[in-house]
Amino acid sequence: MTLDTHVRLRLGALELDLELTAPPGELVVVVGPNGAGKTTLLRALAGLQPLDAGHVTLDGVALDDADAGVLVPPERRPVGIVYQDGLLFPHLSALENVAFGLRSRGVGRGEARRQAAGWLRRVGLAGREHTRPGELSGGQAQRVALARALAPQPRLLLLDEPLAALDATTRAEVRRDLRRHLDSYDGVRILVTHDPLEALALATTIVVIEDGRVVQSGPPDEVRGRPRSRYVADLVGVNLLEGTVRGHDVVLRSGARLTVADVPSPGDVLAVLHPRAVALHRGERPAGSPRNVWEGTVGALDFEGDRVRVRLDGPVPLVAEVTPAAVHDLGVEEGSTLWASVKATEIAVYPA
Amino acid sequence: MTAARRRPGQVPFLLVVPAGLALVAFFVLPTIGLVERTPWTDLFGLLGEPSVREALRLSLVCSLSATALSVVLGVPLAWLLARAPLPGRGVVRALVLLPMVLPPVVGGVALLLAFGRRGLAGQWLEQWFDLRLPFTTPGVVLAETFVAMPFLVITVEGALRSLDPRYEDAAATLGAGRLTVLRRVTLPMIRPSLVAGALLTWARALGEFGATITFAGNFEGRTQTMPLAVFIALETNPAAAIALSLVLLAISVTVLAVVGSRVFGGRRAPAAQPVPL
Repeated sequence: MTLDTHVRLRLGALELDLELTAPPGELVVVVGPNGAGKTTLLRALAGLQPLDAGHVTLDGVALDDADAGVLVPPERRPVGIVYQDGLLFPHLSALENVAFGLRSRGVGRGEARRQAAGWLRRVGLAGREHTRPGELSGGQAQRVALARALAPQPRLLLLDEPLAALDATTRAEVRRDLRRHLDSYDGVRILVTHDPLEALALATTIVVIEDGRVVQSGPPDEVRGRPRSRYVADLVGVNLLEGTVRGHDVVLRSGARLTVADVPSPGDVLAVLHPRAVALHRGERPAGSPRNVWEGTVGALDFEGDRVRVRLDGPVPLVAEVTPAAVHDLGVEEGSTLWASVKATEIAVYPA
Repeated sequence: MTAARRRPGQVPFLLVVPAGLALVAFFVLPTIGLVERTPWTDLFGLLGEPSVREALRLSLVCSLSATALSVVLGVPLAWLLARAPLPGRGVVRALVLLPMVLPPVVGGVALLLAFGRRGLAGQWLEQWFDLRLPFTTPGVVLAETFVAMPFLVITVEGALRSLDPRYEDAAATLGAGRLTVLRRVTLPMIRPSLVAGALLTWARALGEFGATITFAGNFEGRTQTMPLAVFIALETNPAAAIALSLVLLAISVTVLAVVGSRVFGGRRAPAAQPVPL
């Protein structure tokens, strides 16, 4: 039971060309900026958007194959979708919403209602069977939406930003429940999000897409440790530098040199370092053990609770993460000139 | 500075005068006139007269038939206008809305040319099915449908346009075919607009005069509906004319109240949201 797809389609300015394989048991999280084609990908998988070329194959059965002229309509695909805003039918009760898919697929009225009640119990909403969606909280509505998608036992479950419309407290709670229900579901699961935390928290495989193309895919740890593009690096909150190996150093495009501990094989490389590993200094060029010392101008200060992210512009653009006390003591403000130092051992280098 | 202090929200005098004039001249005075001259004591006697009763009955039958016909034909038409990739949609919509702006008498003439005994379709209807529409009760239904159906089509089309199509997508992914989606999701979700459209259509059909008298004539018991009866009675029996008018006024006010509370005051169907790519 596997999803194998190569989606190629053009929709307005968006040109989608991406290959995706999702074995059962994996939770594939597709992450990308707005407009990258995430929702369009899900619509193509569900049959709501026919492909221009390529194929969608589930368990070896072609659902969409432009070359072979195969196009299974959405109502005959074993697919369930959970939308960002739930999209529960407002004129039906919670129970009728969950029973909808069962009724459409030919289950008798009594049996459908009995199964739907079971699903509502499973998502913790026993007693709310006859409530209209308008009277449910955001979190409850999203649970009903999940039950509605799962009730007809789809082979492919698609989740389109299922937590994005919830407030922070509810989100954590629903994320936990979602994880539990997703774990007990044995079909193919694909979740789409623009929230990197959600992606890292839920995924077994992350697929990063930009402009309709896959830019990186792999387990969360690999994506976090070895981002392959600026977008992914920003997503996981690390500094990414591109350069070429020269002797024992890495030379960046700007000409700046990066001293690293493990000398990589020659060629173009990517170097990643965490903002926590960057130390800031005022005044004279600091003398000490760190091999890498660069001068930079403060471009921006972002206060995030007990930490401050300082963006340094210069030959080596970096983000440093320091405490508010350090910012105060050093007198850091936008436009001030600082030294940044990074130990060679804090930099991970891998082939581009 | 001694400029007059004008409080925000104060209504300019230049607007109050024409607005008040319009309100009184066109809405208050005619209504009061009708109510004031109503022969309240004889009301039920007048409404019980055979010719009046017959006009009432005919009006109800014809206007309800015209409403039913408008729903059966108009909803699919509205759906096509709202959802189908229709070439020349603008032209089609203009054609559908034409009866709303066309003088009803002209509509009646057009119907005669189409469905009259020598008409474009009329001659074949008579030859093949022995069906004659002009100057018959079905002809009244046809004339009323012609004039009133646009009200249903535009109301329902608007509702379909503002309905988020992703609800229908969600229903499809849950295994519902096109007709099931229409029956269980689309129509229930636009129900308030459908009801409002049907009420407006009914009110318009009930009041139809010009197209009816042109296409169906004025035969008591066969094609003489209430508006026609009012017109005739004004000459012979003014009291009956006023009584009939009062009934029509009462129905119109009721329809307006119901439609107003459902459409303008009540909850609307969830509106379309921009679909993120």
